[in-house]
Amino acid sequence: MGLLSRKDSKLILDPLADDNPITIQVLGICSALAITAQLKASVVMAISVIFVMGVGNVVISLIRNIIPSKIRIIVQLTVVATLVIIVDQVLKAYSYQLSKELGAFIGLIITNCIIMGRFEAFALGNGVWRSFLDGIGNALGYGVILIIVGFFRELLGSGTLFGFPVLGDPIAKTGVYAIGYENNGFMLLAPMALIVVGIIIWVQRSRNTALIEDH
Amino acid sequence: MEHVELFFKSIFIDNMVFATFLGMCSYLAVSKKVATAVGLGAAVIFVLAITVPLNWLLDQFILQEGALAWLGPEFAAYDLSFLSFIMFIATIATMVQLVEIVVEKFSPALYNSLGIFLPLIAVNCAILGGSLFMQSREIATFGLALNYGVSSGIGWFLAILSIAAIREKIRYSNVPPPLRGLGITFIITGLMAIGFMSFGGMLTGGDEEVKTEQKTVELEKQDDEEDTKKIADNLSKIAD
Repeated sequence: MGLLSRKDSKLILDPLADDNPITIQVLGICSALAITAQLKASVVMAISVIFVMGVGNVVISLIRNIIPSKIRIIVQLTVVATLVIIVDQVLKAYSYQLSKELGAFIGLIITNCIIMGRFEAFALGNGVWRSFLDGIGNALGYGVILIIVGFFRELLGSGTLFGFPVLGDPIAKTGVYAIGYENNGFMLLAPMALIVVGIIIWVQRSRNTALIEDH
Repeated sequence: MEHVELFFKSIFIDNMVFATFLGMCSYLAVSKKVATAVGLGAAVIFVLAITVPLNWLLDQFILQEGALAWLGPEFAAYDLSFLSFIMFIATIATMVQLVEIVVEKFSPALYNSLGIFLPLIAVNCAILGGSLFMQSREIATFGLALNYGVSSGIGWFLAILSIAAIREKIRYSNVPPPLRGLGITFIITGLMAIGFMSFGGMLTGGDEEVKTEQKTVELEKQDDEEDTKKIADNLSKIAD
């Protein structure tokens, strides 16, 4: 890569797979599970987190030398809360329906552990450009899992993707429904999100055995 | 009755972990041993019981549309609800700090068991989630807000206690290696969530059906009465 050195591109690529914030670092699970019943909501959530993490990491990195370490948590929370308010207001202005559906979960980006975790672990000790890349990388890793979970839940649960029917019409019995396929409404319920993430972890760790924990 | 209903609803039906996935990060990270899980669970109940009513007051008297009317009629038009995220999180962070100081001063024993968890809690989604859901569900009175805080805390406590107990035992089972640790915890939580869904009909299930039946019976009665009236009218016309 011309623009990024090898070390820099590692910052973006690592969190996508082997250092994934959700499946390996166990951060930011709450929102990953609650809003993934539809692909559209997952994508919007992923974009919001990418924005908040990218900008947030830059801001924290800029002021890292002037924050007294005792009150750094409150400073970090204030920065994130401000960014999240921006996201929330933009959503309310341009996509009111979606903002109603996501409801409190946009607000919960504030306490999304990925954000605080990366502030603490990276942005407080690194320069602006590297912090920005780290933020984008981790948010992308988070977004990838969100979109995978959202994809399977919407496809198997309601037979649609982004709201468009892709498997045929369940009432008129066209497409795969003609041969007796039925939507699994259970996929839309909360517990299945957990099980889908569990299966993603299973697949990932079977492929890369170095990641296996001993209990 | 309202209180009892909200209490059981927040513990079982709208359980923070199993229905809305709040506080999953610490739920997964601190559930390896029962003793630590109990400590964190107790701290969550404690902090929710303080912050939810406090944020309720904040929401009612400062943030909601028209909430500033108590300052004078010229303030009645303000709607500060867009500030609620930052106000809620600031309240939570300061309260957690304050509680930590007070507990350390007055009850060193409690501080030793809860103390290490308190800083963790400021960034626990369950705490902010409690306040945000309190706002979006429009909880009506201060008493109900207090009730909501305590009972959803108890629900979270139950969840982390049960998963910690299961994880202590599962150490002795032969889990497939790639699932060990995190993977199996996710799947167990999913199964527990399915189990908790069976509480769904606890408060409303029976009543609704009875009500609809009564309504149809009443409608039929009205129809019957109308019919008899018509018949009577017709008879009188014929007689005329």
